[in-house]
Amino acid sequence: MMTSVNNAEMAGSDSAMIELRKLNKWYGDFHVLRDIDLTVRKGERIVICGPSGSGKSTMIRCINRLEEHQQGDIIINGREMTNDLKDIEQVRMEVGMVFQHFNLFPHLTVLENCTLAPIWVRKQPRKEAEAIAMQYLERVRIPDQADKYPGQLSGGQQQRVAIARSLCMNPQVMLFDEPTSALDPEMIKEVLDVMVELANEGMTMLCVTHEMGFAKTVADRVIFMDEGQIVEENEPESFFNNPQSERTKLFLSQILQH
Amino acid sequence: MQEKHTMPAPARHYFWNDPDKRALVFQIIVTVAILGLAFVVVENTLSNLEKRGITTGFDFLSQESGFGIIQSLVEYDETHSFGKTFIVGLLNTILVSVLGIILATVVGFLVGVGRLSNNWLVARVCGAYVEIFRNIPLLLQILFWYFAVLRTLPSPRQSLDLYDTFFLNIRGLYIPAPIFQEGAIWIGVALLLAIASVWVIKRWAEQRQLASGKTFPVFYTAAVIVIGLPLLAWFMTGQPVHWEVPALKGFNFRGGYAVIPELCALLIALTLYTASYIAENVRSGIEAVNKGQTEAAFALGLPKSRTMQLVIIPQAMRVIIPPLASQYMNLIKNSSLATAVGYPDLVAVFAGTTLNQTGQAVEIILITMSVYLLMSLLVSLLMNMFNKKMALAER
Ligand SMILES: Nc1ncnc2c1ncn2[C@@H]1O[C@H](COP(=O)(O)OP(=O)(O)OP(=O)(O)O)[C@@H](O)[C@H]1O
Ligand SMILES: [Mg+2]
Repeated sequence: MMTSVNNAEMAGSDSAMIELRKLNKWYGDFHVLRDIDLTVRKGERIVICGPSGSGKSTMIRCINRLEEHQQGDIIINGREMTNDLKDIEQVRMEVGMVFQHFNLFPHLTVLENCTLAPIWVRKQPRKEAEAIAMQYLERVRIPDQADKYPGQLSGGQQQRVAIARSLCMNPQVMLFDEPTSALDPEMIKEVLDVMVELANEGMTMLCVTHEMGFAKTVADRVIFMDEGQIVEENEPESFFNNPQSERTKLFLSQILQH
Repeated sequence: MQEKHTMPAPARHYFWNDPDKRALVFQIIVTVAILGLAFVVVENTLSNLEKRGITTGFDFLSQESGFGIIQSLVEYDETHSFGKTFIVGLLNTILVSVLGIILATVVGFLVGVGRLSNNWLVARVCGAYVEIFRNIPLLLQILFWYFAVLRTLPSPRQSLDLYDTFFLNIRGLYIPAPIFQEGAIWIGVALLLAIASVWVIKRWAEQRQLASGKTFPVFYTAAVIVIGLPLLAWFMTGQPVHWEVPALKGFNFRGGYAVIPELCALLIALTLYTASYIAENVRSGIEAVNKGQTEAAFALGLPKSRTMQLVIIPQAMRVIIPPLASQYMNLIKNSSLATAVGYPDLVAVFAGTTLNQTGQAVEIILITMSVYLLMSLLVSLLMNMFNKKMALAER
């Protein structure tokens, strides 16, 4: 289960959960990630923002090896990401991910979606896996939908199932890639509420989002990316009120307009 | 109430404005037209046949056929009836179709998955395979395998051989055949026993997974039991089954099974041709599954093989099965090209030789067409059931 120990100060700075060192990645000739340095401590909540195409998705997808990087190191919970399949699988067990388009398995029920990986990867007994899954479904407030198929749920419900599905693997870190941008406005809140709760429970989170309200309430740090680089990072307070670089200012003025 | 009378009278309803009634009328007209046409054709044919003094009816089925057939799964020679000829032809068609369907499915799935391989060479070879075999007429392929490959093989004396057990020459493929002696029944019993115990073990393993999360290597255990038990029975009952290995006696091979080159050629051609289509179905089925599905499975820590097995294939199957059914039906129908190389299938021996000898074209063509129709319907029925089962998994 998740620890309810609250957060970053408790975990010393040496207990880094994620470390990216001089990370570089290219798509062919196109340099997507340039010398990314980032340390995420245990329990830290980080929001990543930046213009479209700046490499936000690519960066967090490198963390669980959905994308391969070409230079630099990625260290997760003390384990260096190598080409070794065992390392990759181990990291993926510890790192949960929530996608913009939910990516639930349409041929499985909500409950089966949640128990698939615990049964096949963690080798949990089905009964136990189901009991745990029900707990998480309750936490995201949809236990009554357990036997439905994803296609029968609303977008907001699907995204909450996706969060529960990740949590069932009992991850150390959660990655979110624009979890609310495919949702209708009235559903955004129900998903954000779940995420805020998760943050308050001390989950280490990396969240790509343009929901600035969310950033202000839960983030320990906001990171601004542009053209494959981390341009600026700061506490939300200073980040929003006193941005340093011109690019950040421009970006903030654009998104705060609406 | 008063107002109602003053309202404009409703427009008259002509029945041809009602889509249901209109459809019914059209259906009646079409049915009458078809029946009338059929009646005219049958009438006409019967009177023509009568004028020319040709007998009609199905009596010919019990007449002696007077010709032999090079391959027969049941006892048959020229003294048997045309009815038996029909059976022999039908069984030969079924033989090549069933073998073809099994082999084409296996090859098709392998090639289809292979085309999506990360291995450049594998993907290219599979791609080339599909392009080549899909784009050459099937008849030409059958002729190629028969005349260009199998007919150019050496004579029995210079046979190509594999470990002196399998022999390939111009007369066909010779493979060992099992000879059953007294006591062999126990091997069958052992096999049934093995299958039953595998079923029990599978249930037990599922229960154990439910209770403790421990998985059990069911597949390997099953393999050991299914092979091991009959083998044990074979030893214990004094080895009542022998393999009869074909051996060169004089000018030809004796013993074992002889697979005639006509069957080889037809089977190879049907398999490779149909597999190229199945491979495309499989590939497009897998590609139709959203990439996000793989990513979600990977992100949860599922390895590649499990992702395929648990997430991708179940979703792809729903796209693969419907066209698979029509490929199977095509294969069955295409097997009638057997005539080109003289494989004695239903069309060759029944709609061919029998028709020539009896002249009873109407009856024979009718029977033959009905048989193909029935086989297609059967395949369609089975595949629909399978499809329903897969589709149910969704909703
Ligand atoms: N598979 C790929 N091949 C080539 N280029 C790619 C690929 N994936 C992404 N890119 C490019 O890399 C850049 C960064 O993409 P990425 O998806 O990380 O951006 P992002 O910051 O997440 O943007 P968005 O806010 O639109 O999601 C983009 O310019 C994109 O076009
Ligand atoms: Mg993105």
